[in-house]
Amino acid sequence: MEVASTKTGGAAFLDWGALALTLVGMALGIFVALFSHDAVMQFHAVLFALFALAGTIFLAGKAFSSAPSQPADFYADNVIKAGTIATVFWGVAGFMLGDIIAWQLAFPALNFDLPWTNFGRLRPVHTSAVVFAFGGNALLATSMYVVQRTCKAKLFGGWLPWFVFWGYQLFLLMAASGYLMGVTQSKEYAEPEWYVDLWLTIVWVAYLLVFLGTIMKRREPHIYVANWFYLAFIVTIAMLHIVNNLAVPVSFLGTKSYSAFSGVQDAMTQWWYGHNAVGFFLTAGFLGMMYYFVPKRAERPVYSYKLSIVHFWSLIFLYIWAGPHHLHYTALPDWAQTLGMTFSIMLWMPSWGGMINGLMTLSGAWDKLRTDPVIRFLVVSVAFYGMSTFEGPLMAIRSVNSLSHYTDWTVGHVHSGALGWVGMVSFGAIYCLVPWLWKRQGLYSQRLVEWHFWVATIGILLYITAMWVSGIMQGLMWRATDALGVLQYSFVESVEAMHPYYVIRAIGGLLYLTGGLIMAYNVFRTIRGDEPVDVADQPRIAAAPEIRHPQTVPAV
Amino acid sequence: MADKHEKTVDPHTGTATTGHEWDGIAELNTPLPRWWLWTFYACIIWSVGYWVAYPTWPLVSDYTKGLLGYSERMNVTESLQAVRNSQAKLNDAIVNDSFADIKANPLLLNFAMAGGKVAFGDNCAGCHGRGAQGGLGFPNLNDDSWIWGGSFEQILQTIQYGVRGDHPETRISQMPAFGVDGLLTPSQISDTAEFVLSLSNLPHDSAVAERGKAVFHGDGACASCHGEDGKGNQEVGAPNLTANIWLYGGTKEAIMNQITTGHGGVMPAWSGRLDPATLKKLAIYVHSLGGGQ
Repeated sequence: MEVASTKTGGAAFLDWGALALTLVGMALGIFVALFSHDAVMQFHAVLFALFALAGTIFLAGKAFSSAPSQPADFYADNVIKAGTIATVFWGVAGFMLGDIIAWQLAFPALNFDLPWTNFGRLRPVHTSAVVFAFGGNALLATSMYVVQRTCKAKLFGGWLPWFVFWGYQLFLLMAASGYLMGVTQSKEYAEPEWYVDLWLTIVWVAYLLVFLGTIMKRREPHIYVANWFYLAFIVTIAMLHIVNNLAVPVSFLGTKSYSAFSGVQDAMTQWWYGHNAVGFFLTAGFLGMMYYFVPKRAERPVYSYKLSIVHFWSLIFLYIWAGPHHLHYTALPDWAQTLGMTFSIMLWMPSWGGMINGLMTLSGAWDKLRTDPVIRFLVVSVAFYGMSTFEGPLMAIRSVNSLSHYTDWTVGHVHSGALGWVGMVSFGAIYCLVPWLWKRQGLYSQRLVEWHFWVATIGILLYITAMWVSGIMQGLMWRATDALGVLQYSFVESVEAMHPYYVIRAIGGLLYLTGGLIMAYNVFRTIRGDEPVDVADQPRIAAAPEIRHPQTVPAV
Repeated sequence: MADKHEKTVDPHTGTATTGHEWDGIAELNTPLPRWWLWTFYACIIWSVGYWVAYPTWPLVSDYTKGLLGYSERMNVTESLQAVRNSQAKLNDAIVNDSFADIKANPLLLNFAMAGGKVAFGDNCAGCHGRGAQGGLGFPNLNDDSWIWGGSFEQILQTIQYGVRGDHPETRISQMPAFGVDGLLTPSQISDTAEFVLSLSNLPHDSAVAERGKAVFHGDGACASCHGEDGKGNQEVGAPNLTANIWLYGGTKEAIMNQITTGHGGVMPAWSGRLDPATLKKLAIYVHSLGGGQ
């Protein structure tokens, strides 16, 4: 058994090496801050130098400390606690930004004619905040929790998981502040400029090391299915991120860069990235989450091992081809469009394999839907997953796409996946994790989880129905012609017609945000250690493992 | 920890587990659902069929064309050509026929109005508003107070060449900036604005307006463009000041501001951007909005 207080020569060497790296990082930050003529670059260089300084202080304190480290817990859970709190924080921030820009679309005066409050800058802050900050932290936290439990091994890398966590937050901070100050490389969901991309690459490689290292030292003979999905997510995102962000900076002291690709090749690379960000970040990663938390919370075995193998490999193989369906009826060659469309159709069943395995795991435990709102979050998320992975292939069909493309239908589709699947499965995981990590009897209030569930569900339904109606209406208005072949509507008339649906959508978003705030409050009270108000109503599984059955928790 | 592989049977489903367990999570050995597998196969077979029929696989310097000979570029070229062909006669008639002839031909007029409405929404509404109601600095096209004239020909000319634009035929007029350039004193400007209010029978101080009237006809020489009676002059694009219709606002303050700065907006020339038939449709549409003369 490893014990943290025994420092091997190798580990000490790595610590000193890392200490030297933080000094180099600090010097680099100060150099760029002093010599750059780009205000945003200077700001980010200062942030970076401060980050390196914090690293220096941490590592120096560790290297020069003579006190033996505390006997460590079997699992490294503090970084997961930080990740859980970050998930809740960024979730609320991202939902709020989303609702603000939803109101801006309904009432353009809310742009306030200021550059940094304008829709064009806030929109990437919203998408990055929900996908990469909320979703990313949820994946970081849950993957590190799940991989330890299902491998019966402590996280690999000592302080490396902390570097991953804080390094990722620095990435988020640089990305979001850059957007607000007008820095973007104009690639959807890949807006950060070259130096932020490089930083994320370093952090991501560290994440891969932590995850793989933990799997390598597992004390289970087999690798659990959740870890396959998490690993596929980490590896593929690394590949997508690096290729799509290949760019040449104008100057090493400036933010601006030019993409290595141009024209239709650029569009294809972007949507190869964009679609697989959905496929591997928002699908594979969260399927990993689902494969742990659904059976764990339901206390039922996973429905089918065979299905998990077949749908994993078919999903991984097919998803990567589907990107061209974002470029139907464009300059992209017909053959690439056909491939994108047919692979999207073939992707339908592999996606549904995950839904079947999630839902059918509940067999024998369906009654828990009534009594446990956390299970309900998890199950409804899987139902939304099934719905949007049916809708996706449907919209990828060229003739359907000619109606849906560029309309709000796409926006509604994305949000049924994002709010329904990604959001709700994360909420379910957070509600499981918080009492487990902080060793509580249960959540502060299960009634508040009920409230969150219903408020969020109504919010999603308002959102997606409004977008279906307005999207299909838009598509029909754009193509409407009279008997003489004259278009019936000008573009601005379609914009005008969307107003009521934009208002409904913004109300739906407000409900979803309210749910997020209820969750934040509940999580805060649970972490603070307040006596749960309705612990008798909560299932036994809500309590921390140490409280449920102390003897089975592995000892150091 | 040894690989126990104790395959137990799940009491609820009666299915055996795989014998593995991770953190208390077991897996059932349920076979693949048949309907799932067959639907998956069906999707694959359909896709293969689609590949045979449509362009799909890239080759070294070409791609598989598919049996149907589908080409998106060809389809869009053909369908655009088909629409052009079906509209060719009507568009030719719009270009060649006189306004009176078009108005007398219901089919042609409907065609022109439908096309004009959409072209207006896509090109003109940005400034003149969706209902052509205009806004501050952008003329309302629904009333009969025309700056450059409201006959069909005059409207067409304005649309074709624009106002204060960069087309050689553009309509040009420039009101002097009486205040900025010191042509009138602030009190003269105030008096003149009072007089302008009186022209539209808006509440005003008659004594002050009387002084302003003197400036209007004297130092300011406003009458030389806006006319002795203030009814404007469409030859030089001088607005009618007696209609209580205002381009830059009808308050005393707004009028003083206009006299001081001599604002003049720019309208681009649409000739060259839109084809002759569309220009004429737009003129017919705008003419019909209420103020056509």
